[in-house]
Amino acid sequence: MRYLPLSDADRSEMLSVIGASSVDELFRDVPAEARLTGPIEGLPLHASEMAVERHMGALSRKNVAAGDVPFFLGCGAYKHHIPASVDHIIQRGEFLTAYTPYQPEIAQGTLQVLFEFQTQVARLYGCEVANASMYDGSTAMWEAIGMAGRITRRKLAIIHEGVHPHYVAVARTMARFTGDSIADRAPALSADMGVEALIEEIAANEPSCVVVQYPDILGRVADLRPIADACHAKGALLIAVVTEPVALGLLKAPGEMGADIVVGEGQSIGVGLQFGGPYVGLFATREKYVRQMPGRLAGETVDAAGKRGFVLTLSTREQHIRREKATSNICTNSGLCALAFSVHMTLLGEKGLRTLAEINHARAVEAARRLAAIPGVELVNDAFFNEFTLKLPGEARPAVHAMVEKNVLGGVSLGRLYPDEPGLANGLVVAVTEVVSDADVDALEAALREVVS
Amino acid sequence: MTLNPSGWRPAAPADVAGEAATVTGNRALMLEEPLIFEIGDEDTTGVDFCLSPLGEMSAQPTEGVDATDTPSGASRHLPQGGGALDGLLRTSPIGLPGLSEPQTVRHYTRLSRQNYAIDLGLFPLGSCTMKHNPRLNEKVARMAGFADVHPLQPRETVQGALEVINELALWLIDLTGMHGVAMSPKAGAHGELCGILCIRAALEARGDARSVVLVPESAHGTNPATAAFAGYKVENIPATREGRVDLAALTARLGPDVAAVMITNPNTCGLFEPEMKAISDAVHAVGGFVYCDGANFNAIVGKVRPGDLGIDAMHINLHKTFSTPHGGGGPGSGPVVLSEALSAFAPLPYTARTADGVVHLIEEEQADRFAREHFGGPLQSFGRMTAFHGQMGMFTRALTYILSHGADGLKQVAEDAVLNANYVLRSLEDLLDAPFAFSGPCMHEAIFSDKGFAEGFSTLDVAKALIDEGFHPMTMYFPLVVHGAMLVEPTETESKANLDQFIAALRSIAERARAGDEGLKAAPVHAPRRRLDETLAARKPVLAYANPVPEGAEGAGAETAAVGGR
Repeated sequence: MRYLPLSDADRSEMLSVIGASSVDELFRDVPAEARLTGPIEGLPLHASEMAVERHMGALSRKNVAAGDVPFFLGCGAYKHHIPASVDHIIQRGEFLTAYTPYQPEIAQGTLQVLFEFQTQVARLYGCEVANASMYDGSTAMWEAIGMAGRITRRKLAIIHEGVHPHYVAVARTMARFTGDSIADRAPALSADMGVEALIEEIAANEPSCVVVQYPDILGRVADLRPIADACHAKGALLIAVVTEPVALGLLKAPGEMGADIVVGEGQSIGVGLQFGGPYVGLFATREKYVRQMPGRLAGETVDAAGKRGFVLTLSTREQHIRREKATSNICTNSGLCALAFSVHMTLLGEKGLRTLAEINHARAVEAARRLAAIPGVELVNDAFFNEFTLKLPGEARPAVHAMVEKNVLGGVSLGRLYPDEPGLANGLVVAVTEVVSDADVDALEAALREVVS
Repeated sequence: MTLNPSGWRPAAPADVAGEAATVTGNRALMLEEPLIFEIGDEDTTGVDFCLSPLGEMSAQPTEGVDATDTPSGASRHLPQGGGALDGLLRTSPIGLPGLSEPQTVRHYTRLSRQNYAIDLGLFPLGSCTMKHNPRLNEKVARMAGFADVHPLQPRETVQGALEVINELALWLIDLTGMHGVAMSPKAGAHGELCGILCIRAALEARGDARSVVLVPESAHGTNPATAAFAGYKVENIPATREGRVDLAALTARLGPDVAAVMITNPNTCGLFEPEMKAISDAVHAVGGFVYCDGANFNAIVGKVRPGDLGIDAMHINLHKTFSTPHGGGGPGSGPVVLSEALSAFAPLPYTARTADGVVHLIEEEQADRFAREHFGGPLQSFGRMTAFHGQMGMFTRALTYILSHGADGLKQVAEDAVLNANYVLRSLEDLLDAPFAFSGPCMHEAIFSDKGFAEGFSTLDVAKALIDEGFHPMTMYFPLVVHGAMLVEPTETESKANLDQFIAALRSIAERARAGDEGLKAAPVHAPRRRLDETLAARKPVLAYANPVPEGAEGAGAETAAVGGR
């Protein structure tokens, strides 16, 4: 119980100040029949730092760490190198253990970081304003659909087939309760993204929004401008979802192509894989929609002495003011992950991000070429950033497990993401980032050659 | 060095009030740290993509490819048949300035010094529990087997991670006396939504359309927002003079249209609801469910099991009760414990251990089969709330904290939290109005009002003056049922000496507020900033850095440039 500083002497002295004979007297409003008398049976008692570390270490070693094997998984979470100084900075107690910056005079560190983060995200996405982050990409996408509904006063969201199926599942779950309807379908294992069909669908309906992922779940990329035009012609908003922000070091920003709301996952920059969380949702839009945007915002102002400073602002949209009329029930952001994102982005800068993106792309192109040369294996994409889809001669799922036996984590099988779509069972999504070495590609190529033969 | 009236901290020399001085006397804290957009540039980078003989990160995979090419040059690397990427390449700069590593470390380290944090001192916040964050938690969370595993890795390669989720889940179930737990909600408010959606799904499953959620007026603002988001009409239930839910008003409103009551226990007035079981029974009698906001679970962990009080669903803010760091506003984590009636409706993915001892991660594809094989019925889950499995990085921290405390230590956590809060309450109630002190002991938080302050002096003045005394202010103006509320939650990780310092500081400020000391209005003077103009920020929002507006131009942009200058 090393985290509890009170001694027994302190406790009795404090009880005498309070005028209570025992600490149990302070719990006297709890009915006796609901009070537990001793530690809960079956649960272990306190343990030393050494014992706990040993126990957790043993659990940790039961997992295969991505850095220890040739590793090619993507589909919404990416392994990139994180400079050592990022983790150093986020572990500074003044950032790690700070509270939400509701007292701005003593929270300028966090507030300025959030202001810088908002600016970085807005520029990366090609939008005017960004918020101080959301829980993750999937919840940010759902919030964007809700926001589009508030702006257009319509209830239909059309989701393009290339959007991550887990993101679609989140939207469908929420829509079931909010009364929005969601139109979506599974992708075809093809280079054709069905953009023309999507544009026809937009024209035939009255959607609040259209959601397109860029690059999509198969790694494909499409020009968003024709889709944006089709949306705007029908008074709908275009929501672009970016699960791999590094791509935007090389590709045109969705905001530049007419997207009205751009959301996505920021995990690739500064935040580790962490088995799915915590991650950092990014959310940006046009200035005119800022009052409909969910989440926190840091804004610039001055203090009583005229110095520049930052505060949380426009909180009249939020739950602590508007209660049941709030734009969202979200009450937090992903502050520490936003800091990690911002620090990594500051280290990269324009030049570093561009170089990083080019290395990712070049290595992915090279790996795709080599893998597609394996007999029976086809490359599905004509265009991609650092992630592409292979069509194997048989189901990809057993191939992934067979590669584990060879100590290679060779990609994500589409069968795992789309268990009910037999047409996708042979698809394997492979992500190649800067951490993949030549030897890793050799190992994947050899393993895949063997398991498909 | 002089001592201030509370007698424990060096005060700044009198002649520098309002000028460059800080509690540490370090003038560097008073300097502005420019924005990276003012000190960085687009050609500077603090990373190095090396082409050295170490070679593990070769950037030259094919002959003739130059990875330092411009974006347009990179189009040469497109695969055969490609060309679509061509038209999508960035042609204009993004506008992302970079700094070298030493500049970066210095920039953020300087900014960090403008933050108050739990590592620096007490956060007496009501309902937002800020306690010591053990560094063992951080060390464990960074073990490669937790920090560096992908959410879609084949399950045979992540059994340890699944065991962490399951082990934490079992603790949460046992400590709360509940039946199941949904681990994936990303934060407390996301957990609230999860709980209300479980309730809605359970009602739908029995073909029962109900439209109303009752929320006591002392509830957190997220409660009504959540209920409204889930499609319910929200109705408020008043509080009694004692600061508890008005049981008569609640029972009078109950009926077949009530889906749920959202209640906070211990409540936001710092009091336990002694009639909780009676409230639950009354709600169940009309076919509704009871949601408990678990933000204050730290006051009763190991002492009371919410399941024994008839609660159907409760989120647990892991950062509050189990010490995961607040991080300047997140990430949080909000697992939701569920009663037997609601467990089957929990969102995917969830974890369960079967009789053979194997831990299973249950996602959409196996969920129905799993439910039939192990729970004797078809899947009833309401769906998925987030892309992956929840806040794994928070689970490892929370489990580390739980194992460190054990069942005995967690009981002591609640006892010390309650003891500390009552100590603060009794040590100040002769000077500060404590509206509910007559109701009996408080739980983990003590509440005061602004009654007795000189005219024109407010809770805000007291809060800002606390900053000058070296403390973070308490929660202000909440709960709404108390005029000028000041809500103090010391937590169990504060020593008696810390509490005595805080009490002395608050006493001296309260005396000044009662006496009408105009000096309070200027506070804080010993902080990186004086009071900030929040009205200006909201009236003319500047939410992103804009390049300086040319001279002669008007508007907020020009001010930004003038104030920011390098």
